[in-house]
Amino acid sequence: MNPQDQTPQPEPEILLEVRRLGVRFGQQQVLREISFRVPRGQALAIIGESGCGKTVLLKSLVALVRPQQGEVLFHGQDMLRLSEKELTQQRLRFGFVFQNAALFDSLTVAQNVAFPLRHHRHLSAEEVRRIVKRRLQQVGLPESVMHKKPAQLSGGMRKRVGLARALAIQPEVILYDEPTTGLDPIMSDVINELIVRTQAREKVTSIIVTHDMRTVRKVADRVLMLYPLSRLKEGESQILFDGTPEELERAQDPRVRQFVRGEAGQRLQELDLPAA
Amino acid sequence: MSSLPSQTPAPRSSWTQAAYDLVADLGQVVLEQVAALGDLALFSGRTFSWMFTRLPLRETLAPNFYQIGVLSLPVVALTGMFIGMVLAVQSYAQFRLLNLETRLGAVINMSLVRELGPVLAATMLAGRVGSAMAAELGTMRVTEQIDALATMGTNPIHYLVVPRFLACILLIPTLTIMADFMGVVGGAVYSIGILGIDSHHYWINSQNYVGAYDFFTGVIKSVFFGAAIALISCYRGFHCDPGAEGVGRAATQAFVYSFVSILILDLFLGILLDSIYLMIWPVVPRLI
Repeated sequence: MNPQDQTPQPEPEILLEVRRLGVRFGQQQVLREISFRVPRGQALAIIGESGCGKTVLLKSLVALVRPQQGEVLFHGQDMLRLSEKELTQQRLRFGFVFQNAALFDSLTVAQNVAFPLRHHRHLSAEEVRRIVKRRLQQVGLPESVMHKKPAQLSGGMRKRVGLARALAIQPEVILYDEPTTGLDPIMSDVINELIVRTQAREKVTSIIVTHDMRTVRKVADRVLMLYPLSRLKEGESQILFDGTPEELERAQDPRVRQFVRGEAGQRLQELDLPAA
Repeated sequence: MSSLPSQTPAPRSSWTQAAYDLVADLGQVVLEQVAALGDLALFSGRTFSWMFTRLPLRETLAPNFYQIGVLSLPVVALTGMFIGMVLAVQSYAQFRLLNLETRLGAVINMSLVRELGPVLAATMLAGRVGSAMAAELGTMRVTEQIDALATMGTNPIHYLVVPRFLACILLIPTLTIMADFMGVVGGAVYSIGILGIDSHHYWINSQNYVGAYDFFTGVIKSVFFGAAIALISCYRGFHCDPGAEGVGRAATQAFVYSFVSILILDLFLGILLDSIYLMIWPVVPRLI
């Protein structure tokens, strides 16, 4: 055995840590006792069926949703206990790509991408224009879209503008909320490729909420699978799986296998569908 | 079927159950309203805090001032003029019976500057601008644009609410003055031009009875109305339920709640400002 292999690898720096997070909307508990750590540079996919709380978890990381319990430590600082002004500053270190892009529809594409730059960086108009052009180029959008309004773009283009906007101020962490939902398979693959390239080029940490297994296989270093609380027994962990995509494929838990293979199984009986 | 769990409460008679449900529903409604009121108070507090922390951007102020002030002017002027004429029509018959037609000027102009000018300008603003603000912000909430603002280090209250609030409180006095002016003109044109009341006595009576404090009362009240419209409408937009139905409901509720608040504020501010007047000038007001 090579003696070099025995030297312990340096512990990767933990950028983000979630501790015992719990979210409730009224009477309905959505997340319970969620804990995990994300090292710097990791591409973490959070998967799970609709309604299991993936998006709520993603939004809790930047305090867009206010959890009732737990902590979200970013650089050791609890995001959920910051004052409004401190939180505003910390959020600048995150880029958020929303499910439907959430572009400001009163602004043009260029103004959308320039928005965080104009508000938080003291740059000349020329410099802002240059960055906007470069960011749009990186997501494969021509200069001709710069003066269009979001409503004039296709779903795939809007998502790419959303990514360009999230990248504009060079965040440390990029959060993707269902980046391929609602797109055709080719555009989905384009988006997946863009996530991979962004990860490599910008050396960012990515957290991707998805239920698209192709995204998981192509993009993720690690996968967390959440399960709806209503289907769990008291005391069972809501995180069904935590491991690499390869381990996910070999997972023995029938609930995980069912999701990975996309099989409805006994859910069809639960629905009590009329006979064909 | 499996048997019911043992902790099921003992069955109640139907009317006891109905009374129990009624009290529970009533309690639920009261709790929800109190919670919503507390939430609105916190929202208002955050708006004030951001207003004084950092100046709003010119790019957000200008369109709101234009939308709320300039575009509301024609409709406020028009309604102001008609309400002045309606007052003349309605009061004339009664005042003529008492041979007091020349006092119409006092009645019309006093009602206008103290009550109808500010309340009408505020109602038009709530209908024209309040619902639009709630619908616009509600759509932004539903399409996650408000979340997007927050993630880009821009506080949504500072960026979206403060400019709308400032536009409402700073421009509603001018809209009120416009409504007052057009009402006075409308009332005078109808009274003097159509009803044939002597113009000299009409204006002298107006001058004798309508004082600067009456005018000031109306303008001060309008600032509170403007604040209520902006805060309620923006709050409803920010807390909009998902979907087209949610946005529609937010827009309607923004108007209804603003309108109710305008009338409630009108009563209490009327009482307060009259008490202040009597404290400064302790005289018994003459009736006619």
